[in-house]
Formats: sequence, C-alpha cells, structure tokens
Amino acid sequence: MGNGTGTGPVLSIEDLEICFGSAPVVKSVNLSVAPGEILALVGESGSGKSMIGRAILGLLPGGGRVSRGRVAFRGHEMTGALPPRELRRLRGKEIGLVFQEPLSSLNPNMRIGEQMCEAMREHTDLNPAQIRDRALEMLRQVRLDDAERLLNRYPHEFSGGMRQRIMIASVMMLKPALLIADEPTTALDAVVQKEVLDIMAEVARANGTAIILISHDLAVVAAYAARIAVMDKGCLVEAGSAAAVLCRPQHPYTRKLLAAAQLGAPEPVKGAAGAPLLSLEGLQVEFAERRFFGLLGERRTQAVQDVSLTVQPGEFVGLAGESGSGKSTIGRAIGKLVTKAAGRIVFDGHDLGGCSAAEERRLRQRIRFVFQDPFSSLNPRMRIGRIVAEGLRHDRSLSADERRARAEDMLEAVGLPRAMAGRFPHALSGGQRQRVAIARALISRPDLIIADEPVSALDVTVQAQILALLKSLQREYGFACLFISHDLHIVEQLCARLYVLHKGRIMEQGETGTLFAAPRHPYTRRLMSASPRLESGPGGLQLAQVGPADAAQDGESAFFDATGGSEAPYRLAEAAPGHFVALRGAA
Amino acid sequence: MIFAKRLLGKANGLTGALLIGLVFCTALLGSVYTPHDPLKSDLLNRFAAASPAHPLGTDMFGRDILSRLMRGAWVSVSIGLGTLVIPVLLGTFLGAAAGFLRGWFDRLLIMVLDALMAFPGLLIALGLMAVIGPNRYGVILALSVAYLPAVTRVVRGAVLSVSQSEYVEASATMGNSRLYTLIVHVLPNCMAPLIVLTTMMFGWVLLAESALSFLGLGVPPPEPSWGNILAEAKAHLVRYPVLGLLPGLCISIALLGVNLLGDALRDELDPKSAPSKEVI
Repeated sequence: MGNGTGTGPVLSIEDLEICFGSAPVVKSVNLSVAPGEILALVGESGSGKSMIGRAILGLLPGGGRVSRGRVAFRGHEMTGALPPRELRRLRGKEIGLVFQEPLSSLNPNMRIGEQMCEAMREHTDLNPAQIRDRALEMLRQVRLDDAERLLNRYPHEFSGGMRQRIMIASVMMLKPALLIADEPTTALDAVVQKEVLDIMAEVARANGTAIILISHDLAVVAAYAARIAVMDKGCLVEAGSAAAVLCRPQHPYTRKLLAAAQLGAPEPVKGAAGAPLLSLEGLQVEFAERRFFGLLGERRTQAVQDVSLTVQPGEFVGLAGESGSGKSTIGRAIGKLVTKAAGRIVFDGHDLGGCSAAEERRLRQRIRFVFQDPFSSLNPRMRIGRIVAEGLRHDRSLSADERRARAEDMLEAVGLPRAMAGRFPHALSGGQRQRVAIARALISRPDLIIADEPVSALDVTVQAQILALLKSLQREYGFACLFISHDLHIVEQLCARLYVLHKGRIMEQGETGTLFAAPRHPYTRRLMSASPRLESGPGGLQLAQVGPADAAQDGESAFFDATGGSEAPYRLAEAAPGHFVALRGAA
Repeated sequence: MIFAKRLLGKANGLTGALLIGLVFCTALLGSVYTPHDPLKSDLLNRFAAASPAHPLGTDMFGRDILSRLMRGAWVSVSIGLGTLVIPVLLGTFLGAAAGFLRGWFDRLLIMVLDALMAFPGLLIALGLMAVIGPNRYGVILALSVAYLPAVTRVVRGAVLSVSQSEYVEASATMGNSRLYTLIVHVLPNCMAPLIVLTTMMFGWVLLAESALSFLGLGVPPPEPSWGNILAEAKAHLVRYPVLGLLPGLCISIALLGVNLLGDALRDELDPKSAPSKEVI
C-alpha cells in the first residue's frame, strides 16, 4: 500500500484558476481525489483538462501560471512557494504522470532498464539489485512476458501498447500516491486501449494509487472511474459518482457529451443494387524488406492476403480491424499509394490495372480520399480555399473564378463559413480541418470516397458531428464510401455492410445489422467489446455489454485464427445468406 | 509590400536589413567611387593614423584603408552572392530530384556527394584554385563546388521527410502529376532549412574567401577583398592591430546582418505567422 496518511483526500484543488497571459483557460475549479480512487476528468480538447493535470505537478507550459486558488497534495501546497527540491521529490515519487504519446514519451536512446531505474535511483536509496528486482516485478505486473530480456531492449522494439505498459510500469515503480494519466490510450487502437486501461486500473488498485484519468472519451473512462468530472471551456460543469453522472446528468454539456458517446441509432447507407461500383478480387499486398542490402534475400510480409470485397453505388461499406490488420493498406492499394502484388481492382466495370493510362487516370478522378490525420493531410502553406479548389484542378472547363466560387460553396456545404477560404490550416481546429479534407474530396463530385479513419483523431463530440455531416452529404451527392476504421461502433453508424479484417485476411463479413446482432467470429467479438459505448438501460445509461466469445468452433469446423500462424488453410464459409465467416480448412 | 513591412516590423528583421543595406550600399558605391585609388601606394605615408585625408589611415603600402575596404566590399559581396547562386539553384534541383525520385538516381548522386563531403570543403576549393589559378571567377567556381553537397543533402532530407506527409499522398490520390506535387506541395515546405542554410553559407563564403586569400589562392593582390586585406594585415598585426580589426569588423557586420535577416525571413515565411486574408 502507498503510505497513506489517514482518510483525507490525496489531492484537493480549491478555486483553481490558470491563465495564459490574461486569458483564463481554467476557471475556479474545485476537485478532490480520495486515496486509491479513480477520478475521470473528461472534456473536449481545449477544455483545460490537461492544464489541471500539469498544474498539479507545477509543470505548466511556458506562459501559463496559476493565478488564483490552491492545489494541495497531502498537505503540500503545490502552487505555493514550494522549494524546487521539495517539488522534485514529490514529482515522480509521490505523483506519477503518464503521457498520451507512448512513441515519444520514452527516450529512444536509453534501454528500458536504465529508463525504469532512473527515477528509482533518484528517489530511493535502494541498491541496484533491489531496484532491478522491483523493475522486474513491475514489468510482470503490467503483464509483459520475459521481463529479464526486456530490460536490455530499446523503446523502438515495442509496439505503442507495450510502450504504454512499460511507461505505466516505470511510473508505478515508486508506488506514487497519485497517478495522472493524460489521455493515456488515445493514440492506441481499441483492442490495445482496453488492455492498457485494464492493466493500469489493476496495478493502481494493487498499489493503492489514486488515478486522475484525463480523457475526451466518456464511454472509455466510464468503466474504470468511480467519479467523473466534466469540463467545458475551462469550467468544471459537473462532478459526481460515475453512476450519477451517467444516469442523471445535470448540466446540458454533460448531456451533449453523453449523447455523442451514444452515437444514436445506426442509420446505414444502403446502396443501389446491380453491378458493383468497386470490386476487389483476390487483392494481395506484400512488403519486401531487403536484408543486408539484398544480399541475404528479401523478407516478405503479407500485409493483405487474398481479400475480395465489393462496394455498390451509393453504399457505405465498413472495413474494420485493429492496427496492423491491413485495412489501411487496402485503401492505399486502391489509391495506388502502394503497389499490389496480385489481384484485380475493378472500378465501374473497368480493371484499373488493365486499361490504358489515360483511361485509368479518368477513372481515378472519380475516387477521392479522406485521411485520418487532419493535421497532416492539409498542406500547411496553402490557404483553405486553394486546398479545396485543388480538387477541381483537372476540370479544365472551369475558370479560376468559377473554381474559387465552387470551393467556397463547398466550404458552406460542409458547414464552414465562406470566409474560411482565406485562412491557413493551422488556424483551424481538428474538426474544421477534417471538414476541409471532406470538402476537398467532394468538390469534384466523385462516385467513391475512401475514408481512412476519418474521425479517429477527433474528439467524441466532433466525431458525431463529422459522421452526421458525411451522412447528410451522402444524401445530397449520392457517393459511395469505403469507410476504414478500428472502431466498430462508428462503422455501425453509417455502413450497410461490414468487413472485419485481421492480419490481412477477412475474418467475417456481412450486413452490419446481422453482424452486430449475431457476431460469429471470436475476433469480431473482441473488437466489439474493445470499443465501449453507452446505451440506455433500465436504470438510465450504462455500458453496453458484449458477451464473451463462443467456443472456437462453428458447427463442424474451427474458426480461422490468424494469431496462431497464418499458414493454416483458410476459407470463407457462408454462415447465413450474405454473412461469411473465416474458417480453418480447405473448402 | 505588406510582407516587407512586417519583415521590417520585427527587431531582428529591421536590424538585419539595415546592416545588409549598409554593406550592399557600400559595395555598390565602392564599385564606382572611392575617395582614393585603392591600388595606389604611397610609400612615404605608410601606417598613417586617421586624418581628414585618410579617415581610417593607410596600410603598409600607404594605400587608403577606407578606399580599400569600400572596393573590397564590392569584391567580397559579389563573390559571396555569386557563390550562392550555383549551390542553391543546382543543389535544390538535384536534392529535390533525388529525394523525390529515389531509386538509382538518388543512390548514385548521394554516393558522389558523400565522396565530395568526405573532403573538407576548403580543401576541394584549394585543389580547384590550384588548377584554375587565382582569380575572382575561380574563387566563385571553387567555393560553389565545395558548398554544393551541403545544399543538396539538406534539400534532399527535407524533401524526403515532407514526402511522407499525408498531404503529399492526398495530392497523388487526386491524380496530380509528380512534378506538380513536387513543386506545389513538397518544395514550399522545404524552404525553412534552405533559407537558414543559405544565409549561413553567405557568411561561410566570406570567411572561406578570406581563408583562400590568406593562403594566397584567393583574389590576387593588389585587387582588395576583405579577405586579402585581412590576410595582408597578418604580418603587421602586432604593431598595427587596426589593419586586421577593420576588415574583420566588416566581415562580422555582414555576417550579423545576414543571419538576423535570415532568421526574420524564415519566421515570416512560415504560414503560422501570416495573417488571414479575411478576419472572421
């Protein structure tokens, strides 16, 4: 147990105000955290939630200062004139911090072991052997196998989820009384996110550590937090027990946030019958990595194996899977951003690899892309108007003025003011930028949009807005869309049909409704339970539950499981009309 | 116009522009007019102190120092600017082509440039000067070759990293040609490091020219350049330190001005500092 001092709160924040220059970003916030408690601090980006986390540690970024109020941690005034030595002692030893970006919060130049022991050496007088034992114990606590070998490896050898677990292990080594986790899993995909949060909650419970879990996603934290505090524009608008906030939200903003987390009833966009607009036939993509300048041959990795799918005109089709499943690679192969190893891409009846170059270019004009990261998909040196108008560059019949007018019309259509055309991308928020990216894709009236995780970089409330926008634009323009996402619940919102992908193969495919009502493949179930959503239950809102996976059998044959080696024979069997599941064994 | 106004509105931009303006004006003036003939020696009047006739005194041959510095400004600045042209234009072209095309062209070019970079730039310049013989155009050519690899590598690196951006991919998916993508989306985003490098290079060239002159391979005397004025002063530095201090001061002022202006220019070209056309 952490060396608790009675039953008083670990942390109490009173009337806290944080200013940047003269503008307050956090206004009179009162909060307290009891020992061992998990408090979720929820709000959109810019709501000031991260600033509170930083103020507790006295680590406000340049220009920020606490202008009023106090932060008391176990009787220490964190905001007052605490000597730097004392402050340093509290940081790390008593208060731990886990950042959002696991890829950059570990020093790439240091071995895991050195990094983990650094803080221990600083804060305790244990000898190196004891510190090492403690590090090993922590790595086991965060369920990393082979802890001994792990200590000698470098951060780049680990995936994002593993790095975040290492981060948690190294922070929790000192058994701090309080852990501040600032969006610890936002950069991770759903399956890994659940794993990391489970582990974090477990380790904290084992060590009696209280957690302030800062997140924009209410549904994700609801499962872990005892209390939830909601922030909007620097004000604490509501705080209470998790059940109370979920079931009886008092403040309109909380209701809005809850509404966004529920996403409403799905409204799948069904397509027209007839010949498919896009069909992939046996698509294969492989990445070759040359070993020792190609002298030792090549190591080939199959990113996409034998994937066939169709998109009807005007239909929204979902492509779901965790990162590394090859879902983005399929989109990139359609856009010719990676070359395919085998298979055909047929668009509107024409094989994109088999027709003349001019014909192919003409066909490709009818396919447009929306990318995941709105912060890097817009050229920072171009004004918005020009970015959007660029989508019309190949339409030679338009004059420059007409283009400009069309671009401004398009901005209006995606819900942005016309005057936005004169701005640069950096002046826009993430949601606004994604609207610009959508405008750029739609301005040439394409028949097909490939949307690669178009909302996963956005806040939950903004996600809902963008989904609604896509839906209304589809009604107006009638385009089809291949919607790529790791979040099944977002896919469910829009897509009529769904393909679930794992390690480059289709695990399950079918109508979204039937697939959600009766998922058959264990991987689909895992993906579903990984992205929690709130739903209305008998006693108000509660977390949606997905039953555990069935046995690994479906009637006679076993499910195909890519984790156990992908060399096993694979076939797609029709479980119900239009509902296919991957099974092991030859057809 | 608004751009120039904002550039000069900043302390470093204004100071840099003033210093550079001073140097360039002196250089231009020095090309057509000097108070005395900078080459005419007056052996009866060596090491003269400052006087109304010779505001900065005279050197070891009795030549007017002010006149020599003015003409030297013209020689040095024209060498500096001349040397920037080839590396910046050719280096940007080669670097952009290598970074964007990749493949065998990239590998071959990088191999050649790495071989060139293995020698200190000044050594290459020295070798070339020995072949070409000391004259002003030889200095420009030799230093151009010496600085070409640096520019090419910087541009190539920037192009490589910018090419990974999603907006470059987005451009490809819109059916834009690779050349269009390179010119419109990639190169403008590679300008910041190039501007910094170019301003620094101007300074290096001034110093390198003086180093070559120091070794007797720069602009041949009696034609003055800041570099060879400094080089000639070395024999008398102990008794007449002002002979070396004055050209050194000139070089320092030029470097300071270029660096300040370069910083301001880089910040100003960053779209994050640009105002919106319309204010919402």
